[in-house]
Amino acid sequence: MLAFLIRRLIQSVVVLLVVGAVSFGMFRFIGDPVNNMLGQERTQADIAELRDRLGLDRSVLVQYAVFLRNAAQGDFGVSYRQGRPVADIIAERAPATLELAAVSGVMALVFGIGLGVITAIKRNSWASSAIMTISLVGVSLPTFLIGILLIYVFSVQLEWLPSFGRGETVLVGGWSTGFLTQSGLVALILPAITLGLYQMTLIMRIVRSEMLEVLRQDYIRFARARGLRERSINFRHALKNTLVPVITVTGLQMGSIIAFSIITETVFQWPGMGLLFINAVQFVDIPVMAAYLMLISVLFVSINLVVDLLYFAIDPRLRIERAKA
Amino acid sequence: MTPPPVLSVRNLVVEIPSRAGISRPVNNISYDIAPGEILGVVGESGAGKSMAGNAIIGLLDRPAHIASGEVWLNGSRIDNLPLEDLRRIRGRQIGMVFQDPLTSLNPLLRIGDQLTETIREHLPVTAAQARERAVAALEEVGIPAAAERLDSYPHEFSGGMRQRVVIALALCAEPSFVIADEPTTALDVSVQAQIIALLRRLCRDRGTAVMLVTHDMGVIAEAADRVAVMYAGRLAELGPVRSVINAPRHPYADGLMGAMPSLSIGQRRLRQIPGAMPRPSKIPPGCAFHPRCPRAADPCRVDPPPTILDDPQGRAACWFPLEHSA
Ligand SMILES: Nc1ncnc2c1ncn2[C@@H]1O[C@H](COP(=O)(O)OP(=O)(O)OP(=O)(O)O)[C@@H](O)[C@H]1O
Ligand SMILES: [Mg+2]
Repeated sequence: MLAFLIRRLIQSVVVLLVVGAVSFGMFRFIGDPVNNMLGQERTQADIAELRDRLGLDRSVLVQYAVFLRNAAQGDFGVSYRQGRPVADIIAERAPATLELAAVSGVMALVFGIGLGVITAIKRNSWASSAIMTISLVGVSLPTFLIGILLIYVFSVQLEWLPSFGRGETVLVGGWSTGFLTQSGLVALILPAITLGLYQMTLIMRIVRSEMLEVLRQDYIRFARARGLRERSINFRHALKNTLVPVITVTGLQMGSIIAFSIITETVFQWPGMGLLFINAVQFVDIPVMAAYLMLISVLFVSINLVVDLLYFAIDPRLRIERAKA
Repeated sequence: MTPPPVLSVRNLVVEIPSRAGISRPVNNISYDIAPGEILGVVGESGAGKSMAGNAIIGLLDRPAHIASGEVWLNGSRIDNLPLEDLRRIRGRQIGMVFQDPLTSLNPLLRIGDQLTETIREHLPVTAAQARERAVAALEEVGIPAAAERLDSYPHEFSGGMRQRVVIALALCAEPSFVIADEPTTALDVSVQAQIIALLRRLCRDRGTAVMLVTHDMGVIAEAADRVAVMYAGRLAELGPVRSVINAPRHPYADGLMGAMPSLSIGQRRLRQIPGAMPRPSKIPPGCAFHPRCPRAADPCRVDPPPTILDDPQGRAACWFPLEHSA
């Protein structure tokens, strides 16, 4: 098991190095950072001075190494647009995105697994068929359209929920949270549904098909033949066996919730990292883009590691086989 | 006086409706099993042996269902019980041992948890008492260091050991009747005999009635008291093992005994029954066996065969049964 984890760690590092190279490449190939930073009124001396300060006269490999070292310390340089350290800007924006993602993720997990199990157990009922049909809409409609539809119905027509922004936020130890005010909580509803709906339907459909598969297995028949209760058979014996494949997909989906919050944040003008990234793209604010890219890849890599660890927690067979391998 | 039977099956019919019509994989079978008795059930693949067992324990997969007939267990009728009552009977009064021990244990649960869950479901015991019982159940089926093995997962046991665990699970709430559906087919030849001996010993000791489904006549000869020969969903012949093996009345039973290698050691070559058993949807009229029967004559093709009962313990359904001089 340890060997396996070490192997995975090495793989993760390689992935991060590659993403780092891409981010770093942006600096060199998309526009000229010196031009970007100095603007129109510059002298040759200014340019030379800045090139020297940024280390642009050194070899590419050295520059890459410096970039990686700084990135590892959370130093992504200074935003071209705002002239402030990127790390500070991201730290300001992260709570909005993380809170939104957390609510969407929990919602997707709870409803996805719950509905998946129910539609599998009652697979012949009309309610299950209805849920399955509706879920097809969930996976096939693009996110921005769902967001706009929700805004149209609940903000414009019914006027129940706000259509943009985070509402009031409270600072708790440097973290601006929307969880503590009513307007903050209300503002979360529509964006969270928009962001999590696709993941929820996906998780539901996977749980359902895995569950149907597991319910056909001999050990489920044997559990029935021993007179165990349906509740225990469904939730103890069957659900646990569906989790290994479900976790793989779910883990990646949790990553995409954060990565794709870009769209939802744009639709709802949610002041998070996604919106920051979109604005950065418009202004070719490369340090911000690079930092966002690195952050997302770190996130995916760590989720992958967590998923691997969960496998071990759930499936005792892996602990042995991997240990032998 | 013979004791009242643990299990009585009366004219049991299982039907599967389909677009092509209704098929009857189990068609009008009846038998009793006494306390401590092992009834072997043999027949070709598809004869309806598993269907009959599943019907008795109430685990038919839809659309298969019991269309008529009765199942009595310890004097009460169980085929028409509400689902919840039936669930309470399963595991408690009827145990079931499945064919493949590799797939019949939940891979993600410790065997101790699988045992204690079953025990606590059926018996009014505390968690600690259930654990003690679980250890005892494992000891009884011959698992060494039972107390430590409670925390093991199924994959940590060999195939034969897993089948012992399966038997422990099936018997842990002390049912009075056990259905063992090919309990050794998936096992190594070397452990088959041990598992059969174990099953037989446990059931003899406790007076448990057993329905033992198998393809292996050697197992029947070794373990069973009586044997039921099924063909195309019907009972062709039922009788004490010795008399069915040595003096079968039904031509199909006769053919089956001749086709069994373990019983034909002295014979120069195995006999084969020509043709194949019809699927349940394509059963010919009259006696289902007549197209393959060497003794078939006109009545066989038209009317179902009469049941002959000249041995008080046995019967055969045939127009022209084989005669054996005593
Ligand atoms: N779901 C189903 N729908 C239609 N026919 C079925 C279904 N399940 C089983 N059958 C049919 O029922 C008949 C009886 O099957 P059963 O499993 O009882 O046979 P068996 O005697 O146990 O055979 P084996 O020795 O292979 O286990 C078979 O002919 C099979 O084709
Ligand atoms: Mg079978």
